[in-house]
Amino acid sequence: MTVSEILFWFLSALAIAGALMMVVGKNPVYSVLWLVVVFFAISGHYILLNAQFLAIVNIIVYAGAIMVLFLFVIMLMNLNAENEPQKNRWMWLAGSVSGGTLLLVLVAALRTSELLAVQKVSEGGETGLIKTLGSVLFKDYVLPFEVSSILFLSAMVGAVVIGKKGD
Amino acid sequence: MSQLVFLVPLFPLVGFLLAGLGRNYLSRSVSGIIASAAVFASFVVSLFIFQEVRAEATPVIVELFPFIDVAGIRIPFAFQVDRLSVLFLLVITGVGFLIHLYSSAYMKEESAPHYARYFAYLNLFVFNMLLLVLGANYLIMFIGWEGVGLCSYLLIGYWFKNKAYGAAARKAFVMNRIGDLGFLLGLFFLLQQFGSLTFSEVFPGAAGAPSEIITLITLLLFVGATGKSAQIPLFTWLPDAMAGPTPVSALIHAATMVTAGIYMIARSNILYTLAPATQLVIAIIGLCTAILAATIALKQNDIKKVLAYSTVSQLGYMFLGLGVGAYTGAVFHVITHAFFKALLFLGAGSVIHAMHHEQDIRKMGGLAKKLPQTHLTFLIGCIAIAGIPPFSGFFSKDEILINAYAFSPVLYWIGMAGALMTAFYMFRLYATTFRGTFRGTCEQAHHLHESPWQMTLPLIILAIAAVAAGFMGIPELFAKDAHWLQRFLSPVFEQSTALQHAHTISHSTEYLLLGISIALLLTVIVYAWKRFSSKPDLNEAVGIGKLLERKWLVDELYDSIIARPLNHIAGWLNTVAEKKGIDGLVNGSGKLVQWGGRQLRLLQSGQVGGYLLWMVLGMLLLLVLIKTL
Amino acid sequence: MPVNYYIFLSLTLFSIGVAGVLTRRNAIIIFMCIELMLNSVNLLLVAFSKMHFGNVELSMLNSNVGIEAQLFVFFIMVVAAAEVSVGLAIIVMMYRNIHSVDVNFLNRLKH
Repeated sequence: MTVSEILFWFLSALAIAGALMMVVGKNPVYSVLWLVVVFFAISGHYILLNAQFLAIVNIIVYAGAIMVLFLFVIMLMNLNAENEPQKNRWMWLAGSVSGGTLLLVLVAALRTSELLAVQKVSEGGETGLIKTLGSVLFKDYVLPFEVSSILFLSAMVGAVVIGKKGD
Repeated sequence: MSQLVFLVPLFPLVGFLLAGLGRNYLSRSVSGIIASAAVFASFVVSLFIFQEVRAEATPVIVELFPFIDVAGIRIPFAFQVDRLSVLFLLVITGVGFLIHLYSSAYMKEESAPHYARYFAYLNLFVFNMLLLVLGANYLIMFIGWEGVGLCSYLLIGYWFKNKAYGAAARKAFVMNRIGDLGFLLGLFFLLQQFGSLTFSEVFPGAAGAPSEIITLITLLLFVGATGKSAQIPLFTWLPDAMAGPTPVSALIHAATMVTAGIYMIARSNILYTLAPATQLVIAIIGLCTAILAATIALKQNDIKKVLAYSTVSQLGYMFLGLGVGAYTGAVFHVITHAFFKALLFLGAGSVIHAMHHEQDIRKMGGLAKKLPQTHLTFLIGCIAIAGIPPFSGFFSKDEILINAYAFSPVLYWIGMAGALMTAFYMFRLYATTFRGTFRGTCEQAHHLHESPWQMTLPLIILAIAAVAAGFMGIPELFAKDAHWLQRFLSPVFEQSTALQHAHTISHSTEYLLLGISIALLLTVIVYAWKRFSSKPDLNEAVGIGKLLERKWLVDELYDSIIARPLNHIAGWLNTVAEKKGIDGLVNGSGKLVQWGGRQLRLLQSGQVGGYLLWMVLGMLLLLVLIKTL
Repeated sequence: MPVNYYIFLSLTLFSIGVAGVLTRRNAIIIFMCIELMLNSVNLLLVAFSKMHFGNVELSMLNSNVGIEAQLFVFFIMVVAAAEVSVGLAIIVMMYRNIHSVDVNFLNRLKH
């Protein structure tokens, strides 16, 4: 077993465990922290896949910015207490069974797919480098890039308008 | 000229539209003149066409426009002008015009819109009757056939505010509809067998068709004829139809419409000649109707009812003639009957007019002096219908009866008995009405007056026709080749004539029969005259007379075996099948949907989580489906 | 590594996200589960990107193979960030109105 394989299994286990903890955790703050763990694990996967740029962006944007935003909101509203009083057993059961069945069906559907079974994820290469990505982004995808900036702007304005108090 | 035949029905149609649409604006005289002029114009055109057809034997077919042209069935809107139809044209427009003229005085008491409505209906009737006789195929004939039924309904129910009259109109319509159903079925079978309804295509091929089919078709068409021409079992509507104004009874229920069945059978003579079984049925039904109606007429006290039953009886004779293959005789009787029965009805109308709508003959009597013209013409009509030579009824009835004798002497003697009854009840009617002493109220006596010229002129013309019409068909017995009508109509019936065995009766037998019948008739007439002039039959009838007066209880019989069970079934259908079954089904489906809605509403909990769950389940289902398909 | 491993990993994470959305009623946690699902998809995209890069012919090395997928991941992150900003604003708004972030209180859709 190579180092990268060991890392793959470790990171996978970490991501799944983190995700489960996030879902079952009672305290929202813990959930956020577990989600951050998941994001780190995924970033690790990105590095294994030679997508260094995305790995860094993932940490910065998700683990850094977005999750901090979540934490802010939780702290701001004093939601760190366990405040899901009325537990609905049936709902729990139905939700987990549905999720489990979805997984089962998708796996069953894809398990027999021969095409994917033989494909390997190659290692090495320079795709993930910021240089190659940047040149394609600013040559071929410059318009979507600019559009996304407008999206950001409008999202910002929207957030301000919605969050504004009163009136 | 024959090409202009479409003008004949067109004039009454225009008259109908003018009088009908302008009924609120036209004065009485204007609408009367429009309607009468329209029919008179038709009569004039018919005369010209008659002149032409007299010289030319082959039928002229005038195709106006294609009517139905679909799936290989081609039915044009076409008129056929031949010797049969032109005879009917003359009778319809001629008698029709006289009756229009008569009506213009008879209906004077009506308000202007109703007066115009009356004439509009009358014109519409003439239009439909002309369509019936002019149609070059059964469909056009059927249109006219239905149209005259409608007009008959409208005119019987003319005084619709009287509930009994409305019921009589409905009865006539329903009875006619029963017959029309048979007619329609006959048409379907014809269409299936021959692929055409046009006379000139059906008749030549008739000999090649299977005889059962021909028998079936002819029987079904005859069912139609029993409805329209008031034969057993559908005759009961005609006496009730006397609810209409008297000129209507004269035109529709005596002279023209009721002879539509005879016209139709005479037109399809070849089919009937090919179906001897049907002919036998027709002869028997005709004879039974003639006798049954005559017996009922013996005891009726309503002047119009007597004439109505007499009409049914005379129609029975015509069917007897058709049944024994005497097509010419039947048509002959139609023509003479049109004259003398229209005359009798109009005479009765004149009496009723003078008596201020009194129709019971027991309250009349001694009218001969007060109404001289009416009296004289009525007497002529009575003699004509009784069959005394040389009046027209003698020739036509004799021709039918002689043919019946050739078929079977039994038919002759039964028919003769009917003729004697005819003579008896007609002279009972005559004597009770015009002889003896006046039995009405003083007020009526004071107002007794002869009718205006618009009413007496038609009477006189019809009386002349009733006397003279017989001479168009002088039998072989008296003069060689003198039967003008037979020669005139021979092209129409030549196919049938070729198939029929020539009945020959020796001249001596014929003279003997004639002598016996005339002697018997005169005896009966003299007896009835004497008996009812001096001592009219005023008391309530008893015993068998009571039964006759109540029309052999036929109406009650129909009521109990058909109408009441139908009502019961309808009531059951209404209360059980409709309310419980159909309503239950409809309401039940509504309730089911409501219940389902209430149950489904529980799914709409408003919980976002619930919705998401359903969404995921849906996705799962889709995935499974995609995978399995 | 065979690509199926990545596929199954992504599927597992995605399903956990779905189960989380269905079971939890705290709006913020539901939101986080959605982020988890987005990330699982991102991971899959990157894995496919590498797979196609490895399979491509040498002559086509200069093409955009494998790069576009990563760019899509980039754009997804952009959209996710925008979504989070608006979504959190809505949650704040909701908390301000009903003093709870429990989605079960949001059953006004019924009416």
